[in-house]
Amino acid sequence: MDSTNILLEVKNLEKEFILRKGILGKEKAAVKAVNNVSFNIKRGEILGLVGESGSGKTTLGRAILRAIEPTRGSVVFNFKDTGPIDMLSLKKKELKNLRKKVQMVFQDPYSSLNPRMTVRDIIAETLVVHKSIPKDEIDEKVREVADFCKLNLEHLRRFPHAFSGGQRQRIGIARALAIKPEFIVCDESVSALDVSVQAEIINLFQELRESQNLTYLFIAHDLSVVEHISDRIIVMYLGRIVEMADRDELFGNLLHPYTEALISAIPEADPKKKMNTIFLDGEIPNPMNPPSGCHFHPRCKYAKEICRNEVPELKSFGDHMVSCHRANELNLTKY
Amino acid sequence: MNDANNVLEIKNLSIVFNLREGKLRAVDGISFNIPKNKTVGIVGESGSGKSVLAQSFLKILPTTAEISNGEILFQKDKESSDFIDISKQNPNGRIMAGIRGKDVSYIFQEPMSAFSTLHTIGAQMIECLRIHTDMNKKEARERSIEMLDKVGISNPSRRVDQYSFELSGGMRQRAMIALALSTNPSLIIADEPTTSLDVTIQAQILKLMQDMQEELGMSIMFITHNLGVVAQIADNIQVMYLGKVMESGTAEEIFYEPRHPYTVNLLKSIPKIGKKDKTRLASIPGQAPGPFDRPVGCCKFYNRCTDFMPGICDKKEPEVTQFSDTHRVICWKYSK
Repeated sequence: MDSTNILLEVKNLEKEFILRKGILGKEKAAVKAVNNVSFNIKRGEILGLVGESGSGKTTLGRAILRAIEPTRGSVVFNFKDTGPIDMLSLKKKELKNLRKKVQMVFQDPYSSLNPRMTVRDIIAETLVVHKSIPKDEIDEKVREVADFCKLNLEHLRRFPHAFSGGQRQRIGIARALAIKPEFIVCDESVSALDVSVQAEIINLFQELRESQNLTYLFIAHDLSVVEHISDRIIVMYLGRIVEMADRDELFGNLLHPYTEALISAIPEADPKKKMNTIFLDGEIPNPMNPPSGCHFHPRCKYAKEICRNEVPELKSFGDHMVSCHRANELNLTKY
Repeated sequence: MNDANNVLEIKNLSIVFNLREGKLRAVDGISFNIPKNKTVGIVGESGSGKSVLAQSFLKILPTTAEISNGEILFQKDKESSDFIDISKQNPNGRIMAGIRGKDVSYIFQEPMSAFSTLHTIGAQMIECLRIHTDMNKKEARERSIEMLDKVGISNPSRRVDQYSFELSGGMRQRAMIALALSTNPSLIIADEPTTSLDVTIQAQILKLMQDMQEELGMSIMFITHNLGVVAQIADNIQVMYLGKVMESGTAEEIFYEPRHPYTVNLLKSIPKIGKKDKTRLASIPGQAPGPFDRPVGCCKFYNRCTDFMPGICDKKEPEVTQFSDTHRVICWKYSK
């Protein structure tokens, strides 16, 4: 692959949370929320990241930006004007500098905006903090960004409480865009919205990708949204990548039983097509005490002896990566 | 005339909030029926009044809200065909206390906050059974364990003594369903019961509700904003917008022959797996108006409608057009 085209390279990234107990804070257990994850994101690509709650998708998104400190591994950004930057070796000041290039849009548009700041101040904040443009140009810039995000200019004087969920999400997007980032992590950015509003925000993300040359990591639990917006999709389960492929390849030729079950559980908006759900037994296991071998084996109907004992590697079938012992012998449903 | 095949008949129901800023019509002249052993889906976006509607059936409305008009006729007894009008009952009276949790159960969106964290699951189930039936403590406990077992909770005799925070989200929702079903209600109101769950768990819960309906026989009013879920579970669907039912019909009629521009656009705005065109999703122009600038005396949807006819839609209240016995639409497009 052409390395100049790769914006982000993540290698063997891990995040362990240490659980402590007692007043002395004795180490009790470690939870591997992200376990040996490697992937690339190409410039201009939308990479979708799906998984159930507890799969580690949010932790991964934050660890990449060092919003939480990863335990080990490497995260290398390859911005246009900087060349490769190893995110994890950066000092605090350098990191702050880098945050001009990477931004985040959050899930909950109610709690992610400061209720005491006007919309104008919220959007301008990154510009003020990073001193990236002269003070007298800030207002103009704010108006420009608000315009991209289809916010009414008279809204800029108001406070977040005056807005509906969809408009708040636009404010959150405008805030992320003001500094002209190259990379945006969207963490469940549309899941709290009504369907018609969700459609508008998805459209907005796609328009901005073209007009602002953005690259996204799009985290969501709703596979139909991820399928719509992404070029490539990663499926995570209990901290590990179980499958990664181009969108059409993933849905047309899926190889992992977990992906199959996940897609089969999506209720289709068609009353005549009754769901053909593959029911998974139980729920995602406790990450403090993950199952042996393949993490998915206790819920997998195809599990064999080997799945219980050996951890499957992420194997590649062309551009399609999958971690399943039985990937090439199973005949799974195509979508 | 009342139809004995309906467990609930709502006639011209309006609910008004008396707020400092003025009156807000959360539910505006709604009529529909819930047939026995059927599932009625209520679809609507935030602010459409679907939860307020459900709360009115149990008379658990906020103190600022009142039923200003209409009737909620409920057939309390599964055998006889006597209807009582819930809208006229005293919310604190004996009749409502006897209906709540007995004949009409409520499944909430957030099972975490719906259960008390200070009492065990079993204690809450036993309390409900002791109030509504003449079971003694031991019988009620046995019944609780039996219900937990029925909804697929493993090791129910141990779970019954656990607290809600010891259960996972899916298990908690199962326990909620067990509690709702334990008194053998004739109507269950499920208010976004799967919204906070993962898709895999959502599928399990939907299946469970369908199985339970088949086995025990009750009506379900299923409130959701997820069109996929409602397509899978509902027999009849009411599409709500700003307190009005814009369109109602069987699930097939709504999904295959949607007539109201709101329904049509809503269905187009959902991303579908396998759809070839990935460029843009259709969306509904504009935004839902705030609570105090809703259109009055005309179609509520006119300012966002793609088929807006000036001088008609924004001047007069649209009338009902009937496409079949079950399929009703209120839109000027179809009434001349």
